[in-house]
Amino acid sequence: MAKVIGGIFTSHVPAIGGAIAKGLQDDPYWKPFFDGFHPIHAWLKDNRPDYVVTFSNDHGLNFFLDKMPTFAVGAAAQYDNADEGWGLPLFNSVPGSPELSWHIINTLVEEELDIVTCQEMLIDHALSIPLELAWPNRRTYDFKLVPVGINTVQHPLPSPKRALALGRAVHKAIESWPEDAKVLIFGTGGLSHQLDGERAGFMNPDYDRFCLDNLPSNPDALTRHSALDIVELSGSQGIEILNWIAARGAMGDWVREASRNYHIPISNTAAATVLMVPEDALVSA
Amino acid sequence: MQSTSAKRIIPGTPVFDGDAAQKGYAINAMCFSFNEAKNRQAFLDDEEAYCAKFKLTPEQREAVRQRNVLAMIAAGGNVYYLAKLAGIFGLNVQDLGAQQTGKSVPEFKQMLLDQAKGI
Ligand SMILES: [Fe+2]
Repeated sequence: MAKVIGGIFTSHVPAIGGAIAKGLQDDPYWKPFFDGFHPIHAWLKDNRPDYVVTFSNDHGLNFFLDKMPTFAVGAAAQYDNADEGWGLPLFNSVPGSPELSWHIINTLVEEELDIVTCQEMLIDHALSIPLELAWPNRRTYDFKLVPVGINTVQHPLPSPKRALALGRAVHKAIESWPEDAKVLIFGTGGLSHQLDGERAGFMNPDYDRFCLDNLPSNPDALTRHSALDIVELSGSQGIEILNWIAARGAMGDWVREASRNYHIPISNTAAATVLMVPEDALVSA
Repeated sequence: MQSTSAKRIIPGTPVFDGDAAQKGYAINAMCFSFNEAKNRQAFLDDEEAYCAKFKLTPEQREAVRQRNVLAMIAAGGNVYYLAKLAGIFGLNVQDLGAQQTGKSVPEFKQMLLDQAKGI
């Protein structure tokens, strides 16, 4: 049976892509953020996933307001990065697994999580940057991707409780996948930040700490707030924590933090990077 | 049609809901088109014609003409889409933040740095 080997949680600020392109990892502004990936690189040397299941939000690349899925599951054989409007260099394409995607889709609907299926899906910076951060300078990937998209663009947004339920149902699907395979989870975005309105530039280290402290051992604590509560606490794009909550659910019940990095600011964002592993995993990270 | 339930107000924080999504459809559709380089060029070549093609409302057209982000948001613009228009104007998210908060760009950047004290 397939097994979740870990979860990588990270901010996905577009400017990180620019810093990577310019080789600024050791620049004083960027180093405190990129250093958060050193323990993850060490861990990934010994932990090679067969599949990567990701939770992120679309930023106006796949989805427009004509059709806006609350939860969308990719079921493509390949996922390409594409121009998001800034003409930046494109990131690598990533191979998909229609088989695992459909297994997850079938399980989710059985669990009464009625998602949208996408046999074609582009990946934006919310996935490309975290993958590049985890595996720098890779031309090709030797795992297969199943991306799950969560609407953080148009309210009403799914509740944190629902995002956690989605993740838990994905975990159930992974555990019932008959292949003896290793699965790595990603949750991307956040933490607190706000790009729009007179409160632009808002961050909230206290709320971020609450999230980081509770997510491994007590993720249900994050569901005591509604989506709008989180917008107030964490900023209008801080709500991307929904991706982290769902990803945490996909890891299963017993999880502990193996590394944590938190830094203010990266662009307009309180940036965080966390590695979580199953409670019983032996980790030297 | 406006939604009937009472709206939660979060000071200084746009909540892009169904009302905004309806109101802002045209300006956001134009911004979504900027994912393609040829559309960005078409906008730069003839802004008036490009805005007309997407049937921007007079309020949206004026906000775009003035490069005024708060006015674009008031006219239904969503920042995830507006960021693509901002890119055409060469504005990054610090420039957007400075404009919306009435700060200079250095002041806005300092405000971001100062929040590290809260860690
Ligand atoms: Fe984002």
